[in-house]
Amino acid sequence: MLELIVNDRSHSVDVEPEMPLLWVLRDHLALPGAKYGCGIALCGACTVHVDSEPVRSCTLPVSAAVGKKIVTIEGLSQDGLHRVQQAWIDHEVPQCGYCQTGMIMSAVSLLARYPKPTDADIDAAMTNLCRCGTYARVRTAIHALAEAPATPAVKDR
Amino acid sequence: MTISLSRREFLQVSAALGGGFVLEFFFPVASSAATGATVTEVNAWIVIHPDDRVVIRIARSEMGQGTMTALAQLVAEELDCDWAQVSTEFASPNEHIKRNRIWGSMSTGGSMGVRSSQDYVRKAGASAREMLVMAAAAQWKVPAAECMAGNGVISHLPTRRTLRYGQVAAEAARLTPPKDVKLRDPGDWKIAGHSLHRLDIPDKVLGKPVFGVDVTLPGMLHASIAQCPVFGGKVRRIEAREVLKMRGVKKVVQEADFVAVVADSWWRANEALKKLVIEWDEGGNGKAGNETIEAMLREGLAAANLPQARKLGDTQAAMEAAAKVIEAEYQSPYLNHATLEPQTCTAWFRPDGFLEVWTSTQNGEASLSAAAEAAGLPLEQVEVHKMMLGGGFGRRGGPQDFVKQGVAIAKAMQGVPVKLMWSREEDMQHGYYRPASIVRMKAGLDRQGRLIAMHTRIACPSILKVLRPDAITKEGIDFTAVRFFNDMPYAVPNQQVDYAMRNGHVPVGYWRGPGQQNAFYRECFIDELAIAAGKDPVEYRLSMLKPDDKNRSVLEAAVKAAGWGSALPPGVYRGVAVADGFGSFTAMVAEVSVSAQGEPAVQRIVVAIDSGHVVNPDTCRAQAESNVVFGLGSILYQKNNVKNGRIVESNFHDFTLPGIAEMPKVETVLVPTGGFWGGHGEPALLPLAPAVCNAVFAATGKRIRSLPVDPLDLRKS
Repeated sequence: MLELIVNDRSHSVDVEPEMPLLWVLRDHLALPGAKYGCGIALCGACTVHVDSEPVRSCTLPVSAAVGKKIVTIEGLSQDGLHRVQQAWIDHEVPQCGYCQTGMIMSAVSLLARYPKPTDADIDAAMTNLCRCGTYARVRTAIHALAEAPATPAVKDR
Repeated sequence: MTISLSRREFLQVSAALGGGFVLEFFFPVASSAATGATVTEVNAWIVIHPDDRVVIRIARSEMGQGTMTALAQLVAEELDCDWAQVSTEFASPNEHIKRNRIWGSMSTGGSMGVRSSQDYVRKAGASAREMLVMAAAAQWKVPAAECMAGNGVISHLPTRRTLRYGQVAAEAARLTPPKDVKLRDPGDWKIAGHSLHRLDIPDKVLGKPVFGVDVTLPGMLHASIAQCPVFGGKVRRIEAREVLKMRGVKKVVQEADFVAVVADSWWRANEALKKLVIEWDEGGNGKAGNETIEAMLREGLAAANLPQARKLGDTQAAMEAAAKVIEAEYQSPYLNHATLEPQTCTAWFRPDGFLEVWTSTQNGEASLSAAAEAAGLPLEQVEVHKMMLGGGFGRRGGPQDFVKQGVAIAKAMQGVPVKLMWSREEDMQHGYYRPASIVRMKAGLDRQGRLIAMHTRIACPSILKVLRPDAITKEGIDFTAVRFFNDMPYAVPNQQVDYAMRNGHVPVGYWRGPGQQNAFYRECFIDELAIAAGKDPVEYRLSMLKPDDKNRSVLEAAVKAAGWGSALPPGVYRGVAVADGFGSFTAMVAEVSVSAQGEPAVQRIVVAIDSGHVVNPDTCRAQAESNVVFGLGSILYQKNNVKNGRIVESNFHDFTLPGIAEMPKVETVLVPTGGFWGGHGEPALLPLAPAVCNAVFAATGKRIRSLPVDPLDLRKS
């Protein structure tokens, strides 16, 4: 049994220690927000936070996450929408949306580290791949968040 | 009409299963049904709740292109309901069959979602509105002409009485629908024509399980699949004994052309599949490769008596009389769709013999047919639950290979639901690729440099041969292989287009903007001719476009917005292209720089689109941005090589997708002129490659005639 802390809840999972965290989340803990896109840590659709760092969960053995604080898109906000999620709605960022949970997790990390990121910071941090081509709006939303006060935006829906 | 029987049946069965998110997602009516409130289907497209919530049924698929919201906007516009009360659900393919295909086409491709259904969905909205008015008038015992509807409320003007849609929906549904309804003038639109927020986005940013790969059913198992690496090959023999001992592995399913491992998690299934010993019968294609494919296409180019896709005037005579003859050969490779969500299908054979399928599909009815065929069941005993697509781009429409496989696997599991998901490697190597093609163009110019004759020879595998053989003309023309040449808008008196259908063994399919390679060839070649004639590329094109041609007006709009001819930052150069297709007219100006290492960087794209009408301007702009990035990958990086009968590339390390740093500034100029309905999912892709490559020529003096760009060719020597 491995003990995991996911979204502030403890879970005991009976899985192989080498099973990537992504599959523990998706198939064993019913948290399908993180996606499989490539399985080789390239596309970033599987991005979650482990001890506040963005991690490609498709290649991280679950054993490496034991005892650490894991946050998935499902646990990003306790009260509905995280401000990054709200910005994603406001700026109509997603298209198909498949990469966007990973994209959002990366953006949350970026803004935590650099509250006012430059374009170069964004290029360096936002290495998630999007086949639909939402990059321009990802950049716009991040810049808008950097300008906005760090309180949750008003919901408009 | 109240909720139909099949839906109730489904709810009962699902309730027995303990319900789940899938129900919430597909059947927003369920909650009201459960509480006993009457939910009314006013017509096939519109369901109204007693509390005025409106559910609009969507027959097309949603893959990020915004069709779901746009169609809801059109229905809501004519229904004149409160947009805040609107939600959507996908129309059931099973009911579609039982109700004599009441929702029209479910196919979602060719940028057709809105333009080919706008008429009947708007009429459904208008018809429902009239029926609601009639029902209210009957209740008040007043003439319907004294009543009007707006924002979900019917008012009787003389007495100032009002009724809400939810209060009269049940009575309205019993009325005979009006024979003719008048549709609103788009100039009067309040809901359509505006950049309303897309309805699917909130669930997507919250990470709700909306995609095909997210389906979870009680007791569900997971499958990973392997098909013969050589297209057309079969399974000869497997050794499953060791694999069956692996943790979580339940079964190894062997079919004629694939093997799947079924386990209690996808990772376990896939790990076992990697260790499974499979001996393939590769069939006759094991020696095919880039060279044999190129030789096949070149044989086609040289062949005599090819069928002609266009013949105007006397090309040969005009060519002989020309002051200057220019020839060029262009080519492009096979390309995978690389949807970020791999192919997937969940299937469950219910104890009562009914089959349920959940999948990310561009065509719910095609999925239903494929599932029924694979199961050996009549269509009426199958349901397909349409999930959100993690990208489509043409991969999930015609070929329903993943559905057939998912059903075959579930059939072998005897009543246990199974979710099949392909690995990225499987997805990369078993696509329905954009066809590789080679095209030779020959142009005759007169003394003034005017294009008087053009002869084009196209060697290209046929998509229709794979997906719709009946649509090939009796002369042997596949329109997807010859478009942009056989319908070239330029006034050229002598034209001949020859088509050599050479198919090879690599499966080909509709890849976003099918035929768009021809727009690349044509618009780069026109650039070559303009330069040979000593003319400005914009002026040269305009001189060949008729005054009332919308290709001309979009070209003028793009050129104006881009500031064609104005000063640019050092090292940045412009290129232009124009192309009409998928119902719309599109012109583009690209601004590009090329590094000393020969790497092009696209700085800015200005694209003008005339689609006649625009239902959601922001979504249309998003599609233009999408087409730019999608096409950029094919210009800069992507190529599927063939070696030993198989695709060489396997994942995103050798099939590169552009990232955020490569995203240019995209300025979309919407110039709808009304009177027709054009698409948005693909048109902006058409002029991208030629506009960028023409800019590269302006920057380097080097003409790109083969994609993707090889920086070695552009490096400053």
